[in-house]
Amino acid sequence: MSTLQVSLYRYNPETDSAPYMEEFQVDTQGRDLMVLDVLHMVKEQDNGLAFRRSCREGVCGSDGMNMNGKNGLACITPLSDVIKKGKLTLRPLPGLPVIRDLVVDMSLFYQQYERIQPYLQNDTPEPAIERLQSPEDRDKLDGLYECILCACCSTACPSFWWNPDKFVGPAGLLQAYRFLADSRDEATRERLEELQDPFSVFRCRGIMNCVAVCPKGLNPTRAIGKIREMLLADAT
Amino acid sequence: MSTMRSLTFDAIIIGGGGSGLRAALELAKSGKKTAVLSKVFPTRSHTVSAQGGITCAIASSDPEDDWRWHMYDTVKGGDYIADQDAAEYMCSEGPKSVFELEHMGLPFSRFDNGRIYQRPFGGQSKNFGEGGQAARTCAAADRTGHALLHTLYQNNLKNNTTFLNEWYAIDLVKNADGDVVGCIAMDIESGEVVHIKSKATVLATGGSGRIYASTTNALINTGDGIGMALRAGFPIQDIEMWQFHPTGIYGAGTLVTEGCRGEGGYLINKDGERFMERYAPNAKDLAGRDVVARSMVLEILEGRGCGENGDHVYLKLDHLGEDVLSKRLPGIVELSKTFAHVDPAKEPIPVVPTCHYMMGGVPTNVHGQAIMPDSDGNDQIVNGLFAVGEAACVSVHGANRLGGNSLLDLVVFGRAAGMFIESALNEGVEYLAASESDVAAAMQRINRWNESESGETVPELKRDLQDIMQNAFGVFRQEDNMQKGVQQLAELRKRIDNAYLPDKSNTFNTARVEALELDNLMEVAEATAIAALERKESRGAHSRYDYPDRDDVNWLKHSMYFPAEKRLGKRDVNFAPKTVDMFEPKVRTY
Amino acid sequence: MVTNITNLGRSGLSDWLVQRLSAIILALYTLFIVGYLLFHPGLDYATWSGLFGQTWMRIFSLLAFVALSAHAWVGLWTVTTDYLKSTGIRLAVQTVIILAIFVFLVWGIQVLWGA
Repeated sequence: MSTLQVSLYRYNPETDSAPYMEEFQVDTQGRDLMVLDVLHMVKEQDNGLAFRRSCREGVCGSDGMNMNGKNGLACITPLSDVIKKGKLTLRPLPGLPVIRDLVVDMSLFYQQYERIQPYLQNDTPEPAIERLQSPEDRDKLDGLYECILCACCSTACPSFWWNPDKFVGPAGLLQAYRFLADSRDEATRERLEELQDPFSVFRCRGIMNCVAVCPKGLNPTRAIGKIREMLLADAT
Repeated sequence: MSTMRSLTFDAIIIGGGGSGLRAALELAKSGKKTAVLSKVFPTRSHTVSAQGGITCAIASSDPEDDWRWHMYDTVKGGDYIADQDAAEYMCSEGPKSVFELEHMGLPFSRFDNGRIYQRPFGGQSKNFGEGGQAARTCAAADRTGHALLHTLYQNNLKNNTTFLNEWYAIDLVKNADGDVVGCIAMDIESGEVVHIKSKATVLATGGSGRIYASTTNALINTGDGIGMALRAGFPIQDIEMWQFHPTGIYGAGTLVTEGCRGEGGYLINKDGERFMERYAPNAKDLAGRDVVARSMVLEILEGRGCGENGDHVYLKLDHLGEDVLSKRLPGIVELSKTFAHVDPAKEPIPVVPTCHYMMGGVPTNVHGQAIMPDSDGNDQIVNGLFAVGEAACVSVHGANRLGGNSLLDLVVFGRAAGMFIESALNEGVEYLAASESDVAAAMQRINRWNESESGETVPELKRDLQDIMQNAFGVFRQEDNMQKGVQQLAELRKRIDNAYLPDKSNTFNTARVEALELDNLMEVAEATAIAALERKESRGAHSRYDYPDRDDVNWLKHSMYFPAEKRLGKRDVNFAPKTVDMFEPKVRTY
Repeated sequence: MVTNITNLGRSGLSDWLVQRLSAIILALYTLFIVGYLLFHPGLDYATWSGLFGQTWMRIFSLLAFVALSAHAWVGLWTVTTDYLKSTGIRLAVQTVIILAIFVFLVWGIQVLWGA
């Protein structure tokens, strides 16, 4: 029997006037479980615990949360990666309003994603088959299109904490560059015009928390740098 | 419940995965008042987990490729109970749908000539099985489902589709004529229960792999649409047909794409032998999934399994080299390291057949309209009810789906249903409004959970259900075991009917959602069990020790499970494609 | 696009560029002054005054002052928009900052060309 102490952020607006941390003991039988497994075990002790989850394999982006101080996906984070002093502390993603327990309101995050017009724009009449794209041009989308919208990056970004309504945030900017980099997209100029203000892109201060936490190993800071280069090339 | 709020739409699409979003896109473009209702944010739907690709004769890897060859493979793969008119529709309309996806921005991998990359997948052939292995699966690395789902969501944003995200559909609302006129749904965030009125209700709720203990499916795959349809009294077709994917990661159950074998990987037993050469001399590791899964189980049962307990086999990829792995299978490398602690560039991945796909579902025609046989066995349309994607049984997959055909099914039939609903709405449809008692009927089960005061809780009941299904209705099945399973399920149903929801709060109550999901799992499990017990033959994914052969005399038929009497009927398979000759059932070998 | 009227160049790109160019000017000026001090260990008032008596040094210094003003405004404007969420307080602080910068700049010019 090896018990793990789990400290959980709890808040139910119907019953709690303020959030608090609650302690649980979970018997892991010494296995190196994923954090999500531990959450399921806690939920069997307390049916009321709320958290999001879906694919449990790191591709749907549901269970982004703050584990011992670092954002990540609970389903692909083994305990051995996060445990400090034999204890697991779980909190919701920082910087977004909490709906209940580990569930945050992601509206602001999604709004920023929608703002960058995250869809291919091409007014040239479509050919009868696919639009051709060279493997080299397609390679430019690698490291960009894989984003799962888990919000681990944006909610680890101080610039996004201070201006979530104006700064697009690393996730949205990664997608902005995904379309800027796509050889099939024709709206480059319009996209850049939307991004040249002092907040949308330029509030990034290169802190690189986004890179440190991305569960998919993507690099939003590099994408932001590329957008800046494009803006500079376009305007000078 | 006179205080209950109601929302009215032309069409309500329940489910935000590939098929739901494709149908919604069609309707949003037409300007119909449409909403997608999804229990998760749409890009968290299970389509996102599809890896290998979308199979379609776009003639990229082979300019001579022909959709008829694809249709042949599909019909043969389904062990001849796929409806041939539906397979014809899917395979011939497929290229249009795939090109549309590309035009929408899906980042397909490419060949040097700039066309979409296609890889070989299981059960694919050229020239009606005579021309060797085909490479027909269009791929975006090994993240095709992710790329497809995000592309569809993005284009729905572009077309201003209305989304009811994190809403949970509880039950269908039928009017006095038996037409479906909407549903009851709950806004998960607030807990508010709302009556949604609609002239077209589309079930795009995906599969139900969570009836098994070991599955590649997401935790949200609880057969909600099937449960709703069964409770509303509609029959479900071919529900005994569950695909076990050959390569789920041992222990974790996460999927390893068939594309691994398409790229040249193969399975080995504990002696390092490439055993599929014995079971399928021609297609080897790229035989149909049912064939490969059975072969693996036989290897394990005959003592040639790997590991301490000899209970799995290995998927060998290291000979492909780091370049191919990082370019074509980057997601697999990631998953293997995370869930199997194995770097596939150096060591083989431990794999075991794992529940993957529900071939059965709500019977529909190619327009997505739900079908219900009348007392004479003639197909009747169910007014107002549609189904698409995995929740539907058109049936293009018959008794066993081919790899890559699921994504194609989603987009082709999602689109078809969208187009049909648009024209039907244009022509005008009027159904009787639901009465207060009709709505009350749909409220019954949520009321029961809300009023429950004591009893067993959801997690333990769910575990019992999954264990029963895993033990009695797995890759190989037999009478006595299934008899026992059916009996256990009957007892379990009573326990679930008296189960208890301790947490009655309203704000984002996931316990309530899981309780409602358990009802649906129960419906699907019971339908599966009874259908599996009654189909006394082996066909496709349904494999019985006691009836090891295919029985075309009695069972070249769809099964139809009728929930009211818990009875299994039969329905004729369509053998009348419109533009090609039908494919005669043959002995199925690879 | 997020609209703003209180930032320097009305565009994030120009602010960003100004910030970097002004930084280069300030770095060069700092290097020069530090270097000058190192090479003149027994520096007296006459030499120091002589240096600033030359036109090129006055221009260089003015350039540095202008760069410092722009750099400070862009930087402090960013800080105020990050941390001061009440519009009234933010505007007031921004006004104080811009006035101070203006005063220091004019004073600097007076020091350079006066006396």
